[in-house]
Amino acid sequence: MPEKEQAISPEVFDHLVKLAALDLDEKQAEYLRRELNNQLSAIRELEAIQLDPDLPLASHGVPYDNHTSPALRADEWHACPDVKDITAQAPQFENGYLIVPDIPHTTLE
Amino acid sequence: MELCDLSAIETRKLILEKKVSAQEVLESSLARIEAVDGRPGSLESGPETDEDAQRVHAFITCTHERARELAAALDRKIAAGEDPGPLTGIPFTVKDIFCVKGTPSTAASRILANFIAPYTATPVERMLSAGAVMLGKVNLDEFTYGSSNESSAFQPSPRNPWNTARVPGGSSGGSAASVAAGEAQLSLGTDTAGSIRQPAAFCGVVGLKPTYGRVSRYGLIAFGSSLDCPGPLARSAADAALMLNAIAGADAHDATAATVDVPDYLAALEKDIKGKRIGLSPDYFQITFPQADGTYAQQPVPEEMRLAVQRAAEIYRALGAEIIEDVPMPNTRYGIPVYFVISRVEAASNLHRYDGVKYGYRTRQATNELQDLYRKSRGEGFGLQPKLRILMGMYVSAAQYSEQYYKRALRVRTLIRRDFEEAFDPHGKYRLDALLTPTTPTSAFPIKDVYGDSVLMQYADQLTVPANHAGVPGISFPGGLDKEGLPIGLQLLGPDFSEAALLQLTHAYEQASAGADWRKKRPLIIQA
Repeated sequence: MPEKEQAISPEVFDHLVKLAALDLDEKQAEYLRRELNNQLSAIRELEAIQLDPDLPLASHGVPYDNHTSPALRADEWHACPDVKDITAQAPQFENGYLIVPDIPHTTLE
Repeated sequence: MELCDLSAIETRKLILEKKVSAQEVLESSLARIEAVDGRPGSLESGPETDEDAQRVHAFITCTHERARELAAALDRKIAAGEDPGPLTGIPFTVKDIFCVKGTPSTAASRILANFIAPYTATPVERMLSAGAVMLGKVNLDEFTYGSSNESSAFQPSPRNPWNTARVPGGSSGGSAASVAAGEAQLSLGTDTAGSIRQPAAFCGVVGLKPTYGRVSRYGLIAFGSSLDCPGPLARSAADAALMLNAIAGADAHDATAATVDVPDYLAALEKDIKGKRIGLSPDYFQITFPQADGTYAQQPVPEEMRLAVQRAAEIYRALGAEIIEDVPMPNTRYGIPVYFVISRVEAASNLHRYDGVKYGYRTRQATNELQDLYRKSRGEGFGLQPKLRILMGMYVSAAQYSEQYYKRALRVRTLIRRDFEEAFDPHGKYRLDALLTPTTPTSAFPIKDVYGDSVLMQYADQLTVPANHAGVPGISFPGGLDKEGLPIGLQLLGPDFSEAALLQLTHAYEQASAGADWRKKRPLIIQA
């Protein structure tokens, strides 16, 4: 696809990668940006559809109502029976804390 | 024919009649696995050998000793006069996207390779409670992202038992391959765009995507939360019905598991199908495919697929069903573009939790601050397909593009749902009980032929994905073999919670075509 028709430029791509918190090598980046643009051309098929502005959004297919939705559970605290099974999964866990590197101080503007 | 080749229903009967033991059934499955499966998928697999190319490679994790303990316990119960449940002694596999307490639950990804699940998914728990015996966790596309299983981080990836040079389909490829090869009688899979039905079609087995909410998603590692459906893969409609009986129903752990009564799917199988209205839609006999210049073209489905559907329609007509032609489903062609948007947004959201902090993979490189840890852990832990979904999901849901892409896709999803509502409306023009279609645009394609082209791979799901957008149930079942001897899948789609009717129609077709020559053929891997 010619560069001018690509919506996801190298600059936009780099911004997305930063937001997504992904380290990529050059080969991966090249593949991913090409495939993103190819997928975007498929998504553009949707632009041909005339949509009624009142057409509702469907966040899921099957409608839920009072008869098909379970009642919400009571908001009660229950002790986890297997705390160690869960904390044992952490890459670094000491004295009840998940250990991570420094969290740099940033000033919000 | 070995014990492992029997149906789940026959097996249970033999065990309860004490003609065979659960342990004998299990050992038959384990012997088949030993004979055909080859080495399980692993992160450090090295180059594939010539022997690898002749094996199925369905498994990531084998739980054979655990299975032996379970089977022995079942035999003790039976000897004591107890009935351990409706799935007594039936060996099954679990797609490794479900958590099972004490087992690696990897999603076929490096980022979860060391994750040991601290709890068990509801559908697995229900199968175990019903007396089934878990053989292990089977391979899939990484995080279910694919239609061929080639994207798994655990190689060698599964191969098709009918021809090991072909893909088994995906993402429930390990599930379908394990059932087709006689390793397991049942498998628990998931379907987000066709991930049960497409591999079922490619491997010549039955695969049922239930209505969204029919089966609990608790313990399922999420991909597209508004689309994911757990469901059975089996060798017959009756076996799928038996399994659905066990796993369907409300669950206090999943607020989307619908509180809709679960009928006895097995008991409903033998009902007469006379008067059932089965539709054919021209929109399911056209396939869209991307061309080299970036445009999209439409062409008819391959003749063999069309003829297989026509033959099935004639069988149904002969059994007393009404065949309704020319049912319009005009938004079918938008299923994939809509899916490119919705599934990516949901996947990106679900994948943010993997950060190298709480569980899963953490980089071994030195990191000097938290963001660096995130980037390196996610960069090394995720394969290309999850990365692609994260990036696309973030792009199309960004504030400046959301109206153009995400909200537009959600509106088109409404149109796709309306196609089904109009076709199935009991007071409408068509009043269908089911829509009959091909399951896939092609039979199983050669390994490496499509992988890497993410658009072409996605279009493999174009006939299955509309049901996921609409939430309606769908079933794929074998409808013949193509000229290369590969299975052709037929699909029935029905209204919400109509699984009983779909299973009944599938069963009727199986009975009526029982004498067909193609039914006598078995996967090559079993003949070898």
